[in-house]
Amino acid sequence: MSEPTDFEEFLKRVVTIVFWILLIVPIIVLPLLFFGSEILQALQLLVNANSIFILINKAQNPFLAFELMDSLGQGPCIATATYQPSAGCNPTFFRIVIFPGFTFVALLTLWLGWFERKLAAKVHMRYGPLYAGRISGVLQPIADILKLLGKELIIPAKADKPFFIAVPLLTMGISAALLTLIPLSERVYVVPPASASLGLLVLFAVLGFYPIIILMGAWASSNKFSFIGGLRALHQLVSYEIPWFLAVLGVVVLTSSLDPFQIVRAQSKIWFIVPQFIAAFVFLTATLAELERIPFDLPEADTEIVFGWLTEYGGMFWGILFGLSPFIKLYVFSGLFTILFLGGWLGPAFLPPEIWFILKTFVVITVIMFSRVFNPRIRIDLLIRVGWVYLILLAVINLFIAVGLKAFGVL
Amino acid sequence: MTSVARSLPFPTEVIVGDKLSISIGPQHPGSGHFRIIVVLEGDIVSEAIPDPGYVHRGAEKMCEFRNFVQNVPMLERTTLPDANGIIFPYILAVEELMGIQAPPRAQYLRIISAELNRIVSHLYWLGIYGVFLGHSTMFLWPMGDRELFMDLIQTVGGTRVTPSYIIPGGARNDLPDNFKDKALKAFGYFERRLKEYDRIFFSNPLVLKRSQGVGVLKRSEAIALGITGPNLRGSGLKSDTRKDEPYSMYETLDFDIPSYPDGDCWARGMVRFHELYWSMQIIKQAVEKMPSGPFRSRLPLLTARAPAGEAVARTEAARGCMSYYVVSDGTSKPYRVRVSVPSFRNMIGIPYLLKGGHLADVPAIYWSLDYWPVEADK
Repeated sequence: MSEPTDFEEFLKRVVTIVFWILLIVPIIVLPLLFFGSEILQALQLLVNANSIFILINKAQNPFLAFELMDSLGQGPCIATATYQPSAGCNPTFFRIVIFPGFTFVALLTLWLGWFERKLAAKVHMRYGPLYAGRISGVLQPIADILKLLGKELIIPAKADKPFFIAVPLLTMGISAALLTLIPLSERVYVVPPASASLGLLVLFAVLGFYPIIILMGAWASSNKFSFIGGLRALHQLVSYEIPWFLAVLGVVVLTSSLDPFQIVRAQSKIWFIVPQFIAAFVFLTATLAELERIPFDLPEADTEIVFGWLTEYGGMFWGILFGLSPFIKLYVFSGLFTILFLGGWLGPAFLPPEIWFILKTFVVITVIMFSRVFNPRIRIDLLIRVGWVYLILLAVINLFIAVGLKAFGVL
Repeated sequence: MTSVARSLPFPTEVIVGDKLSISIGPQHPGSGHFRIIVVLEGDIVSEAIPDPGYVHRGAEKMCEFRNFVQNVPMLERTTLPDANGIIFPYILAVEELMGIQAPPRAQYLRIISAELNRIVSHLYWLGIYGVFLGHSTMFLWPMGDRELFMDLIQTVGGTRVTPSYIIPGGARNDLPDNFKDKALKAFGYFERRLKEYDRIFFSNPLVLKRSQGVGVLKRSEAIALGITGPNLRGSGLKSDTRKDEPYSMYETLDFDIPSYPDGDCWARGMVRFHELYWSMQIIKQAVEKMPSGPFRSRLPLLTARAPAGEAVARTEAARGCMSYYVVSDGTSKPYRVRVSVPSFRNMIGIPYLLKGGHLADVPAIYWSLDYWPVEADK
């Protein structure tokens, strides 16, 4: 290799700074921001010998320990808490970890992986997974995960190790963070309606980390194909996020709210896919690009650049980066489409709202999956042209329609 | 071709100035046993250097240690998808040397087997072309439909890939009775499938965007570079050995040579797409016109000697014009066998076509030439 140029040094320094910010913010800054007062109170109380017994009492079994962790966010809890043996498992913890949080979606994505393979196999006129599990290979994803877990995690000799390992973890963290912002209904949610007034804004802010993480992984792999893939991903995500935001803006104008609950309630008369059909189209196209699915899978174009920015990742790293995280994002974006355009969990009363939401999301997921079987991959110059010219134009036209509808009081 | 990359022994790890050189192959999902050293300026290919030779086995030299009949199964292994087409000119040259005339029925049997192999080879090409453009359905449909024609080859010759069906003096065996029904059934199905291929792939707007105007090879350039076969016809020249210098019984058959004037990846694809149809028409006619009679003149002896002399024969294989030059010194083994393969001559086009294109077009252009590394390396 030749000597690193000034630009390389500069880029490396920027990426290093971003890396430390990404690590330090969740560990130190966010807890201080949200729980600063409680931590101060706890420190004060630690001086008082009696309160230590309360803390120890509360942490003596796992459920109570979870409750302790959970109740940190709800006011001056440690000081005033009393021992309640009947409290049991806390619902908020249950929501984050089990349903509708991570475990539920992880299992759903496992099933979606099987479903996509079966769907593609039907179009390709072949069988797809057939053996694992009695019924047409339903257990194939689990077999795949077990296989991936058994593999060695190979880190290239020239790779930048901390960055290289951090990328799958950060990707997973961001996907899981996105997940918390998608409610299933008025009663099943992770982030409660009271705190969700800026839900969409938070979602886009969290998503903004994603291109940086991809570039970090591409750079850390120290592989030319990874690097080209990382640059492609960066171009692609930047050129598609703007029409994506603009498409959502139409709905935000109509409802005057960034709250997913408010947006769904506003669709009780008519689903927004009718007045906002251009936005729905732009949103779906940009979602395909955001998910790096065919025809927009340029960052991973296997016949051109081996596997793009994922080239050096193997074993469970690959399982996270190519399996789990994209499928969680697929669920999140389809759920977001359902909330924004398909009336969320609204539907006739013979089915519970959660089922309505999952059904609609499933329809959107199927539509997204179908684009893979009859489209080729497009080229980077065509992709950037579509993103920066046509989609933005459509999104702006749609925004005018939305403002017009709002100004004349139609909706 | 005065290049940065060529002057260096291993240019894959070298970045010179703003240029980045990457090695597409030999271990790459977008190459065969073959390497293209691509020098990039941004996303634009500033130079592309093909690097063949990874699967050179010395087929020409090996011919000198085997007798004329033993060479048949050995030579067809260089191009497995087109086994009958690749051996055709060798047989014609050896027959000319030995002074044997194949009976008319054998001539038609050879046409049938060669055209079946042309379909199989083009379907294989189409599948890989589909996956090189990222189109998963176009990968699996031709690969599945290829089985129909593999079965037909098995019906004719006994095995699926290396039938050694065409031998000096005729064909190895006669057609089985059920061939005609089986073939017509398969063709009827496949002609319907061709319309579906057109709808999902060749008329797909994104495929048109990816392939039209990409890798344009002008008619004059194609002639100057010596490009042959479907690639030459994709550049607008109606040149086909089957029409220009009819051999076997091709002059008795009525068929068209598809040709497109555009010279881009799409035109080269469409030429092969239409050849699928015309090959089926040729087989239908050959089955009808085939006279009854012996299917081979006499059983060729392994020790058959050819009188001293030389012979050249030229046919149209699936990838283009294929010719053999066979020299005999009067023994049972050839003195020299020279093979001129279409793949190697089409490879000459690779650096000219890739230059100035995008990195993403490298697999599309490379595979639109239907380059078969094993055939070129021999």
